[in-house]
Amino acid sequence: MPARFVRVAEQDRRPIEIEIDGVRHTALEGDTLLVAVLTHAERLRQSEFSDGSRAGFCLMGACQDCWMWTADGQRIRACTATVAPGMSVLTNPPSEDIWPISA
Amino acid sequence: MADLRVVVVGAGPAGIRAAQTFVEAGLRPIVIDEGNASGGQIYRRQPAQFRRSYETLYGFEAKTAKAIHDTFDRLVGQVDYRPETLAWNIYDGAVHTMRDGVAHKIPFDALVLATGATDRLLPIKGWTLPGCYSMGAAQIALKAQACAIGRQVVFLGTGPLLYLVSYQYAKAGADVAAVLDTSALSGQIHALGLMTSRPGLLAKGLYYRAQLLARGVPVHNGVTPVEIEGTDQVEAVRFRTRSGAERRVACDAVGMGFHLRSETQLADLARCAFVFDEDLAQWRPETDSDGRASVKGIYLAGDGARVLGADAAEKSGRLAALAALQDLGLPVAVRRMDVLRREQQRMEQFRRGLARAFPWPAELARAVADDVLVCRCEAITAGELRSTATLKGAPELNRAKALSRVGMGRCQGRYCGSAAAEILADVRGERVEAVGRLRGQAPVKPLPLSAVRGAAS
Repeated sequence: MPARFVRVAEQDRRPIEIEIDGVRHTALEGDTLLVAVLTHAERLRQSEFSDGSRAGFCLMGACQDCWMWTADGQRIRACTATVAPGMSVLTNPPSEDIWPISA
Repeated sequence: MADLRVVVVGAGPAGIRAAQTFVEAGLRPIVIDEGNASGGQIYRRQPAQFRRSYETLYGFEAKTAKAIHDTFDRLVGQVDYRPETLAWNIYDGAVHTMRDGVAHKIPFDALVLATGATDRLLPIKGWTLPGCYSMGAAQIALKAQACAIGRQVVFLGTGPLLYLVSYQYAKAGADVAAVLDTSALSGQIHALGLMTSRPGLLAKGLYYRAQLLARGVPVHNGVTPVEIEGTDQVEAVRFRTRSGAERRVACDAVGMGFHLRSETQLADLARCAFVFDEDLAQWRPETDSDGRASVKGIYLAGDGARVLGADAAEKSGRLAALAALQDLGLPVAVRRMDVLRREQQRMEQFRRGLARAFPWPAELARAVADDVLVCRCEAITAGELRSTATLKGAPELNRAKALSRVGMGRCQGRYCGSAAAEILADVRGERVEAVGRLRGQAPVKPLPLSAVRGAAS
């Protein structure tokens, strides 16, 4: 899948392995989760209102349009989360029956 | 004196100068900031692993950015700094915060709100497609993460950021496919007179534009956006030129914004009175010349009070803190306050020039077609919003919100509110101020229920 974001500098940072929907990808230390995903993929998530996929919008924690999920149902705001080694995220909530979300 | 509790919300230029002013007066302010590092949006710091110079990151503003960062770094130990902390409510003389799922209640004697601004948006068909970002987002991607939002980028909207961000992208080697400004060039020329109050800033604006033209970037003024095209992601932007000819620019990303809107929810929750600002066509908290809000003990500074830009934010941050000190009965240099007030006046004149050069295109918001999504959060169309007035008689914005959910989603109206007010006012045949404004609701951003439960106990 082609990437959405293009790195224009600062590419000699230490690589970090993360998992997106179970697939291993290499991010760079200091990446936000949003950047780590969008340098490998074109989208972050599906809109819950069936109007298609989304890839974030404001990048400053204001619009909440970049929520991703962990396997145990925790929500992560991808634009303000920094990647860590071994991080594993899902582009959709793991299952409908986990609502309400635990903190 | 040491037991006076002063709190600053926001660690951008206004918040940092307010905190510094409190420290200089011998107080130890609590500084609450949602960011993981100080600087705010304009002087946002890159992560520790990045190595670009201040000159690369901030251009003409390199020295100012460094001064702001150094000032706050020197305050370590003298302020109670709480990064990555959301201030989500204000009531009964206390700020309610959350960090890592843990809630705190912080009572205050004086509170400076320096909450900044976000992009002001209006819906354009296709604006929810992956690849479409706010202007601020495009800048953050580049500044804080060294990324371009796409390979071929169209910048669309109006305001000083339109030219600055386009220039920053071109300079970083990105392919800027077009710069589309909804404001007419004639208005920008007419406004030059007002903007000579800050010749340096005016010169920078002209420089960015000249640089874009020199690099062969197509710059169109007075455009009407038609559609951001694409099936499941951005593929092109269609627009009409000033003369009415329709054009299409292929691209894989769009950065869009129509200048800025103040983040005012916390002032609203603190029950501050608001006034409608004719120049900016937006509501803002009422303040006196020093930043005192209508509620005792609450002060407003920076773009969160009114959008005047980063230099003015520094001055208003100092001034608001001095006003707070004065009201707390502490000695302040009255002459220093006079100087700051006069400088604010100069900023105010420039702001009026900017508002004239880059007007909020209310007519575009009012003309949004019925099938276009106004609410990004919950995919609600302009037609559904209009029906709240036509079918159900919604007299103002909060009623329309209750009926349609526009403004009720998780962005809390930040990205739909400006346009929603215009659309409702239009269908009711009224001026935009007549339909009121979306009331701030706590929490100002989504919180885990467990945090709110903790706060209540």
